[in-house]
Amino acid sequence: MSDLIAPTKLTKKDFETDQDLRWCPGCGDYSILANVQRMMPELGIPREQIVWVSGIGCSSRFPYYMNTYGFHTIHGRAPAVALGVKVANPELSVWLATGDGDGLSIGGNHLMHCLRRNLDVKILMFNNRIYGLTKGQYSPTSELGKVTKSTPAGSVDQPVDPASFALGVNASFVARSIDTEAQHLGEVLRRAAAHSGTAFMEIYQNCNVFNDGAFDAFTDKAVRAERQVRVEHGKPLLFGANQEKGLRLNPRTLGLEVVNVGEGGVPLEEVLVHDETNPTFGQLLARMPFPEFPVAVGVLHASLRPTYDGTLRAQQKAAREKLGQGDLGKLLRGGSTWTI
Amino acid sequence: MEPVSPSPPVAEHPSREVIRGAVVRFAGDSGDGMQVTGDQFTAAAALARNDLATFPDFPAEIRAPAGTTYGVSGFQVHFSSQDVFTPGDAPDVLVAMNPAALKTNLKDLKKGGLLILNSGTFNATNLKKAGYEVNPLEDNSLDGYTVLSIDITKLTVTSVKDTGLSNKEAHRCKNFWTLGLMFWIYSRPLEPTLKWIESKFGKRSDLVAANIAALKAGHAYGETAEVFQHRYEVPAAPVEKGEYRNIGGNTATALGLVAGAQLAGLPLVLGAYPITPASDVLHELSKHKQFGVTTIQAEDEIAAVCAALGASYAGNLGVTSTSGPGMALKMEGIGLALSVELPLVIIDIQRGGPSTGLPTKTEQADLLQAVYGRNSEGPVCVIAASTPGNCFDMAIEAVRLALKYMTPVILLTDGYLANGAEPWRIPRVEDLPKIDVKFRTDPAGFHPFLRDPETLARNWAIPGTPELMHRIGGLEKDYNSGHISYAPDNHERMVKVRAAKIAGIANDIPPLTMEVGEDSGKLLVLGWGSTYGSIREAVQRCRDRGLSVSHAHLRYINPFPSNLGEVMKRFDRVLVPELNLGQLVKIVRSTFLVPAESFAKVQGQPFKISELEDKIRQVLES
Ligand SMILES: Cc1ncc(C[n+]2csc(CCOP(=O)(O)OP(=O)(O)O)c2C)c(N)n1
Ligand code: SF4
Ligand SMILES: [Mg+2]
Repeated sequence: MSDLIAPTKLTKKDFETDQDLRWCPGCGDYSILANVQRMMPELGIPREQIVWVSGIGCSSRFPYYMNTYGFHTIHGRAPAVALGVKVANPELSVWLATGDGDGLSIGGNHLMHCLRRNLDVKILMFNNRIYGLTKGQYSPTSELGKVTKSTPAGSVDQPVDPASFALGVNASFVARSIDTEAQHLGEVLRRAAAHSGTAFMEIYQNCNVFNDGAFDAFTDKAVRAERQVRVEHGKPLLFGANQEKGLRLNPRTLGLEVVNVGEGGVPLEEVLVHDETNPTFGQLLARMPFPEFPVAVGVLHASLRPTYDGTLRAQQKAAREKLGQGDLGKLLRGGSTWTI
Repeated sequence: MEPVSPSPPVAEHPSREVIRGAVVRFAGDSGDGMQVTGDQFTAAAALARNDLATFPDFPAEIRAPAGTTYGVSGFQVHFSSQDVFTPGDAPDVLVAMNPAALKTNLKDLKKGGLLILNSGTFNATNLKKAGYEVNPLEDNSLDGYTVLSIDITKLTVTSVKDTGLSNKEAHRCKNFWTLGLMFWIYSRPLEPTLKWIESKFGKRSDLVAANIAALKAGHAYGETAEVFQHRYEVPAAPVEKGEYRNIGGNTATALGLVAGAQLAGLPLVLGAYPITPASDVLHELSKHKQFGVTTIQAEDEIAAVCAALGASYAGNLGVTSTSGPGMALKMEGIGLALSVELPLVIIDIQRGGPSTGLPTKTEQADLLQAVYGRNSEGPVCVIAASTPGNCFDMAIEAVRLALKYMTPVILLTDGYLANGAEPWRIPRVEDLPKIDVKFRTDPAGFHPFLRDPETLARNWAIPGTPELMHRIGGLEKDYNSGHISYAPDNHERMVKVRAAKIAGIANDIPPLTMEVGEDSGKLLVLGWGSTYGSIREAVQRCRDRGLSVSHAHLRYINPFPSNLGEVMKRFDRVLVPELNLGQLVKIVRSTFLVPAESFAKVQGQPFKISELEDKIRQVLES
């Protein structure tokens, strides 16, 4: 039967646009784009059903390079615009590209409310710990004492950790990944796509012009096994070249500690097994201080609860069932009327 | 047993006098229920088919300290058997529920007017709070008025004593006692209010019983106390045939938005953040989900406008409603909307400013902000409603223009229109013109900024449409492809085309006509917005005295009606009254190089008719 013919399978190429990419050569944004373009065809969603919304920043140029619908809005406001898009048409698959400045500085308020509402959208936060587009001022994720053009004596404000922030406002999905780790990033993107509700992804992204090497201390091939813990639901929290280290809960401090596992160390059973449905795990993992602890990447938290758009739709449906399709004439004649 | 003698026939006492109309003001503590009293009194006038206009005037604090002058809440209503255009300058009757209400309102009462006072509140504490050294009931300061001093507090408490209410709750029934008395004076039936009390307090039978008892007791007092010389009757006003209801400006705005969306066949998404006096638009729209209306109470006004814009991008009708401070926050979002050329309706219900200003008072000082308030060249369409009922028409007009021209449209109303009410002839749905909306679906030759050669509106391709995937944003766009372009000539071309699109709306709106008077003469009074009623009445009165003056009223401000320049040329002089320091006059002067004169008032209060009359006379004599 003709309607059983599978639609032509899309490829990465189908998601590329004819626009010249205007990021600096070597920027981490390129690899994030490539990974997203590779992942999108797997979703089986027609391109016209996908919308990319962004704010302002290098990272927010992203929609121009995706052959889907795209809306490059104003600085910090992408979650607010996306709110209207998703509410107006819940059938759309809505994705957001934002930066650490866009999402956590000027747009921190909107991001918070998007996360707590659990609007069914997917958010990619490109965290380069710097303002790229405005040429290198420190950002809300820059480390304390950061020397930049605007802070020659070092920044004086404490940074915010995006994943911890997201968990703090009750995000239903929080993950971390790294621009250059194609496989890991692809997996996180797929998990986010499958999540119902706001999926928040913090992606460590190298800005090779204004903050080069910001993440080398845990992303460099030579150290990453020691300095990253890749969390997976139901698996023990192990790291190290031979998975010889683990994270254990210290019941007295209610905090994590690094232990050696196996010979000369603690038995495997003492190592914490990751439970992504429990936000306490996410929070403990997100807040581990570096370099005393490794950096946790992967899906830190994922749980299900009703979405904002879904609940709104249900209310509208209920109103229609109760009151019928609106009758304008009746509405205008509401209250007491008199005829002359 | 003694024989019972039949009671003597009761002559109607006192006589009923038919009057043309009256202006009544209720004033009391903000906890005294004056707004409810005013609403009910208005409803009764409406049911009697009087023409009417109302002016609620209340403090920004929900419960300002009791007895203070700044805690006084007022409600003025003008009802008549003739056309009514304003709530009236000076009340014929003032009901003052406490010394503070007397202190702040007496100056407005007409000389010889009726003053009804609750003497039960004129004690030392309240007198002191109101700033009276001597009790005004005991010196001669009220001599010029007909004073009726009644211990309403005591009479109310007595009337409800059987209902078992606490003393505090019993006191709260004073407003219904007073309303009962006013109903008696103006020969109004009690039934509609009895019904209202039942539905309002239904869950608490004691409150129903008490308020009904108080209402009836007040009414009976009028009948039996023998203190009144007259009882009045105001016949129905001769109005156009049709079905009527009473409507306030915010309700009319909300209903106009629903109607506009229905006429366009689009779901409506309202993004709003609560702010006085705009919140009622959000409240009203949130009740109409069955019309495909979605309301989002956003985290702030920026999110509200952005959500509305996102909804428009996705093919719904995006609307956002706010007041002054919120308007300031929305400007970057409006700039994006005009840059990406998406439809967006913005309702600014102006209030006194700057900053937080006078939240519950009226003003027209956001005009320049609406017309010019964006960074760079940011033309949008700006329109303004003139009466509470006109808010309905102008809301539909905002929807029509936004959709037809793919542009933000700012509709200006204000606190006076929002909270005021008037009888409104309900339009027949069949008579409302459909609004034509076409989404682009044809991929042939498509780019997002292709324009209709006539309206210059770009084509609207919404997400979900196959083959039309495209990207838009606030960066400048190439005229011929819609792609990002920083080319100098292209930028100027785009700036000009956005301006030309808005200017072209002038061909699609009605020309300016005279509200009152000939279309030429010595003086044109040119108004806009909520000053309509006062100007109209003032001009009419001046004309009745033989002065050469006409009134025209702008409902479209950007662009102006195409004949505005020509209309002004036919008059020797042009006077522009506004509740600001002269904003429209500034635009009119710079656009047309006419020496239009400003008449400014910025007190958080509407114009009095007499103020305008005096000014008109003064201008014509100078
Ligand atoms: C209202 C407003 N304020 C300031 C700017 C300038 N601005 C543009 S991008 C940006 C910071 C971007 O930083 P981030 O979000 O981290 O993005 P990145 O460029 O690093 O990817 C700033 C301050 C703007 N465009 N709009
Ligand atoms: S400035 Fe930094 S973030 Fe921006 S494009 Fe260049 S390398 Fe990338
Ligand atoms: Mg950044």
